[in-house]
Amino acid sequence: MNREQIKPAVLCFTALTLITGIIYPLFVTVVAQLFFKNQANGSIIFQNGKPVGSTLIGQTFDDPKYLWGRLSATSPVSFNAASSSGSNMGPLNPALIEMVKTRLNALKTSEPDNSKPVPVDLVTSSASGLDPHISLAAAYYQVPRIAQLRKLEQKEVKEIIIKNTRSRLLGLIGEPVVNVLQVNLELDTYKR
Amino acid sequence: MISNNIIQSGIFLFVLVLAAKPLGIYMARIYEGKPAGINTWFGWLERWIYRFANINPEISMSWKTYAVAMMFFNMFGILVVYVLQRLQSILPLNPMSISSVAPDLAFNTAVSFATNTNWQSYGGETTLSYFSQMVGLTVQNFVSAATGMAVLVALIRGFVQKQVETIGNFWVDLVRSTLYILIPLALILSLVLVSQGVVQTFKPYTKVTVLQPVKDSNGNMIEEQVLALGPAASQVAIKQLGTNGGGFFNVNSAHPFENPTALSNFLEVLAILLISAALCYTFGVIVRDKRQGWALLAAMLIIFIPCLLFCIHMEQNGNPLLNNLGINQKTSALQSGGNMEGKESRFGIASSAIWATATTAASNGSVNSMHDSYMPLGGMIPMWLMQLGEVIFGGVGSGLYGMIAFVIIAVFIAGLMIGRTPEYLVKKIESYEMKMASLMILIPPIIVLVGTATAVILTQGRQAILNPGPHGFSEVLYAFSSAGNNNGSAFAGLSTNNIFYNIALGIAMFFARYWLAIPTLAIAGSLSKKKLVPATQGTLPTHTLLFIIFLVMIVLIVGALTFLPALALGPIVEHLMLVGT
Amino acid sequence: MDTLHKSKSLFEPSIVGPAIIDSIKKLDPRHHIKNPVMFVVLVGSIFTTGLYIQALLGHGEAPASFILSITLWLWFTLIFANFSEAMAEGRGKAQAASLRKARKDILAKKLSKPEHGSAYEKIPASKLRKQDIVIVEAGDIIPMDGEIIEGIASVDESAITGESAPVIRESGGDRSAVTGGTRVLSDWIIVRVSANPGETFLDHMIAMVEGAKRQKTPNEIALSILLAVFTLIFLLATVTLLPFSIYSITSAGHGAQVTVTVLVALLVCLIPTTIGGLLPAIGIAGMDRMIQANVIATSGRAVEAAGDVDVLLLDKTGTVTLGNRQAVSFIPTKNISVKALADAAQLASLSDETPEGRSVVILAKEKYGIRERQIHELNARFIPFSAQTRMSGVDLGDGRQIRKGSSDAIEEYVKKLDGSFPEDLKTEIASIARNGGTPLVVTEQKNVLGVIQLKDVVKGGIKERFAELRSMGIKTIMITGDNPLTAAAIAVEAGMDDFLAQATPETKLKLIRDMQTGGRLVAMTGDGTNDAPALAQADVAVAMNTGTQAAKEAGNMIDLDSNPTKLIEVVKIGKQLLITRGSLTTFSISNDISKYFAIIPAAFAGTYPALKVLNIMHLATPESAVLSAVIFNALIIVFLIPLALRGVKYKPMPANRLLRDNLLVYGVGGIIAPFIGIKLIDMILVALNLVR
Repeated sequence: MNREQIKPAVLCFTALTLITGIIYPLFVTVVAQLFFKNQANGSIIFQNGKPVGSTLIGQTFDDPKYLWGRLSATSPVSFNAASSSGSNMGPLNPALIEMVKTRLNALKTSEPDNSKPVPVDLVTSSASGLDPHISLAAAYYQVPRIAQLRKLEQKEVKEIIIKNTRSRLLGLIGEPVVNVLQVNLELDTYKR
Repeated sequence: MISNNIIQSGIFLFVLVLAAKPLGIYMARIYEGKPAGINTWFGWLERWIYRFANINPEISMSWKTYAVAMMFFNMFGILVVYVLQRLQSILPLNPMSISSVAPDLAFNTAVSFATNTNWQSYGGETTLSYFSQMVGLTVQNFVSAATGMAVLVALIRGFVQKQVETIGNFWVDLVRSTLYILIPLALILSLVLVSQGVVQTFKPYTKVTVLQPVKDSNGNMIEEQVLALGPAASQVAIKQLGTNGGGFFNVNSAHPFENPTALSNFLEVLAILLISAALCYTFGVIVRDKRQGWALLAAMLIIFIPCLLFCIHMEQNGNPLLNNLGINQKTSALQSGGNMEGKESRFGIASSAIWATATTAASNGSVNSMHDSYMPLGGMIPMWLMQLGEVIFGGVGSGLYGMIAFVIIAVFIAGLMIGRTPEYLVKKIESYEMKMASLMILIPPIIVLVGTATAVILTQGRQAILNPGPHGFSEVLYAFSSAGNNNGSAFAGLSTNNIFYNIALGIAMFFARYWLAIPTLAIAGSLSKKKLVPATQGTLPTHTLLFIIFLVMIVLIVGALTFLPALALGPIVEHLMLVGT
Repeated sequence: MDTLHKSKSLFEPSIVGPAIIDSIKKLDPRHHIKNPVMFVVLVGSIFTTGLYIQALLGHGEAPASFILSITLWLWFTLIFANFSEAMAEGRGKAQAASLRKARKDILAKKLSKPEHGSAYEKIPASKLRKQDIVIVEAGDIIPMDGEIIEGIASVDESAITGESAPVIRESGGDRSAVTGGTRVLSDWIIVRVSANPGETFLDHMIAMVEGAKRQKTPNEIALSILLAVFTLIFLLATVTLLPFSIYSITSAGHGAQVTVTVLVALLVCLIPTTIGGLLPAIGIAGMDRMIQANVIATSGRAVEAAGDVDVLLLDKTGTVTLGNRQAVSFIPTKNISVKALADAAQLASLSDETPEGRSVVILAKEKYGIRERQIHELNARFIPFSAQTRMSGVDLGDGRQIRKGSSDAIEEYVKKLDGSFPEDLKTEIASIARNGGTPLVVTEQKNVLGVIQLKDVVKGGIKERFAELRSMGIKTIMITGDNPLTAAAIAVEAGMDDFLAQATPETKLKLIRDMQTGGRLVAMTGDGTNDAPALAQADVAVAMNTGTQAAKEAGNMIDLDSNPTKLIEVVKIGKQLLITRGSLTTFSISNDISKYFAIIPAAFAGTYPALKVLNIMHLATPESAVLSAVIFNALIIVFLIPLALRGVKYKPMPANRLLRDNLLVYGVGGIIAPFIGIKLIDMILVALNLVR
């Protein structure tokens, strides 16, 4: 007697698939492409008409003249935006400590006379492996190095950083962060 | 000064409770068939579905028919998602030409989405085409949530109806949940998310030239970055609202294209708990005693808030091993500090910990940070919240019906303690209800413990573990806690995309879902048949603070006593080793 | 026979001795199979016994002495649980034994014809069958339950009720049932036997107190399910610890696998052995308490239902009010003094031996100092009440004719004598009736003197009892044949919630059915044959032992004291039974927290030394920690036997407060107590050098 529920099951599923699986995403896409074209397509930054990145996706920087971002655990290359991944290392994992130490060494090598404590987000990997941001503390930590290598005033570097900082939502929610790629793009084009 | 962590938690909870009431009232109107705007404007669509699917919406079903209808619908859904993945390579909307999914992974994913678990053994951008994500997963995001809500509504009817043999029409409950509750909310949320930067496009992945070329692990110089895109916003909105949690991308809502800003994060994490919290209020409205709804919501919050604060505290304290290396983990105006491994800068500690607690309290399972990299006790909170049976908010519908199972146990023990056969909401609770409720609290621990034990014995089980020491044990325990309670989040270091875990976790998710839903319907059927018992002075009031605390104690004690030994060998000992060194 | 009713001290040697032997006999697995909690303990005990033997043979997983101590205490846990059950049964058996003495096989005088004086033959009582007719004469023991069809006799029923004062039993009416085993003291009766041997009231009673007919009650079944679930969960939690432990050793690189002995110990500590072990005893003791209250329940289900009752139907007469109406005041008409009215009223009532009449005489004497006169001194003639005149009174030697009666009867009488009924009195009469009283008008010839107000007198203290019931959530409804006006007034005065006036068997039955349809559980008492349908319908029906056979058969409890307010006791005992179960369940589960703190560090500190921090009780060694927890778990059963047998104290109060109080004692107490207990046992073990 309950077999009579098979037909409604199949047909109802079909109808709901049509509505939620096709009409709904198509509708959202159309509206998104009409009203939020830039955001819907990845918030791409164009320089001279060429796409050079996304405001939302970080890139690897290990050249001392650039502002460095978070560590990235994606493979085969860091900040691989086609395959997001975190490190998933536990807090006691010796590999985590090794990773942190490697980064610490790189920081020390690039700026041997900086003896300030290193902000934690500069030596840890992000959840996505694509984090476009670092904390203000981590950005400021790198100011003397960048200023020295680029022969700029520290104040100027700081200004660029502050310009590319997003504060908390309503001053309360989330964290204030610096967009690493945008800072570096601006550093490269910066002219006094 | 109150720390920003507390302020953020406070705002989150305030907005949640504030939003629960109007949404709760709205949903009650929908389920009671009263006009509520959308259901009058789109009544034609609802009626079209019934006509199309040969459904007579006037027929009320016995609990068995209701269960059979639910099972047919869900089994067919599993089959469709499986087939879509297996045929992915020949189906349209596959701009990256991703190949078809292997059978074990396709099985795992199909069960995962139909059961509202949304465990991700797959990596979204590398495994699934746009078509599979939309027609397969997005659909399940809607209908698995609607299934949970339908079962809940049937149960609520059990408390309201008197002496009838039926519990309502599954198709009507399913369709109304989808059309009038889930779709409108998802539409609004997805468009707000797009405005924040969540991608929504059918274009192929896009390439950009990087500013500083970098060597990959093979020593090749990489000058381009491929950005994975897709119709993400439409899916992200419903995966948050429907406590599904299956991300469009591999790292879920930690991915900047799924969750780009503080605002998108706030709305997404709010969406996790929104419907589950509001359903408490809906419950109160339909049973004509709003205090009962508030009481359940209060019980949930009483467990949720301390867990949240504890998790924030542990994460904010940071990793003592890093302090020794001269790393600054202190919070300041310039940085959130704390344990930032596996967390996004824009979320810091507060937004990550709120999410981790909310996503595991509810059976959502989406993440915006990597739980595997949490401090031992910080990560124990998400794990334990799942082990409590996903009743602290829980899945949409399923969380509340799970909680009601605990209420049944609680009123039974409390009833004995005051010398009366227990009653809940003017219905007597007797041994049949006790049997079914007992089954509901029994199944998840069995799955979790037996699953974990099997995995740590087998080589395939052990090989998948990433982290050494007790943390590795935690990874396995977390995986089965997640699957066995239909959560879907993971200690993602565990490589579960292999035959053993895909099958074992698939089975776990299947039983955890339906072996709870079917007893729930049985209770609904049995309650519907009963007459109403008027409340007297001797009736135990179930809206008082005392009862709320008692209920909380029952939930905690069952959860704690069942899993304390296992937790002692995982996160607890890991923590003790960390502070001991 | 008074051993039956005397409350025995809990650990009376005559019960303890056999109970100890019984508790060993009950180790039989067949006995435990129905109780999953204790069955798991039994299996665990057998298992560790095996491990001990293995250790003796030199292949032990742990030192043999340690396994032995654990094994012994596991067996003790079982024996202690058995002991509690045997104790509860023992008390019942002792009572059954004393009841059996009443069932001596006696000779019955079986009549050939149901007539007094016809020939009888003497046959053994055990040969009697239903419908046989016997004669019982002074000094004889009534051979079998039956109904008196002729005669009247005073009967000593102390064998059943423990009440030594004889009772009157007569044919017809509501006092016609007699019970086998009781003794006729005077006169004779002819009895129609109403039960076959083995089915008599006494047989039922013996079976009941022995617990032979005990079936699990609905709540007990539900609780068993819950306990089984807890047992299963803990079984899994402990069994899976073995693979967890093996994995932990691999990942830590050192340590010893947790021993099976410790796992069994942990399992037994965690599963709710306290309530599981005491559950049968609690049930038996609940029935026992009913019997001590002189109430025989036909099933445990009825006892449990008593705790759930939310409506009590109580007969007005005898329960709410004293047996009869009493005069409470004299209200004279104009120009007549109260004293004159009182004097006349007393004169009219001197020979009236009805309780109402006596109360008029007494009121006149006590309130107005009018001496009680002897009717023959006054040369008076008493005019008794007759159905025609509907008056009674007195014709005095001096020619005065005083009459008293209902207002309309007197009005008619006065009019015949060309008198007139005073208007002012009519309003008084109406107001008396309105207030639940009965007006009795007094007249001397055609001169109406005034009215006597008769009133039902509500029993002292009854109002407080009803208030108590109300706080328990129980509604009280008074059943009376009075008109609604009178009924309402009495109900208000007695503090009852509602009343059923002008009650007939049909309206009573309808009331109960309506209540039940509304989801309420109804309790009532009754004794007459016309109560039988209502008794059969009620959820808890207490029949008076003095009542008719029909009433007794319709009820599911029989009150040997025939005290209608006994219902209140019955409700309390029912509640107490549930509360005892619930409280001990809570206690049992709460205990587990401390046991984890004792055993987990002990079991795994070898693999993960860091876990020693969890040894917050600072127990001396891992072995003493495990052993102390097991010993505590066994001893707590013994300590709680008195509570299980006596029941948790119950004071009527609103549900919320009751829950709070019991949670504080048994929940919070259950968490704290074992921390102290286990630590103490550990200290003793160390002091006695019993552990390494």
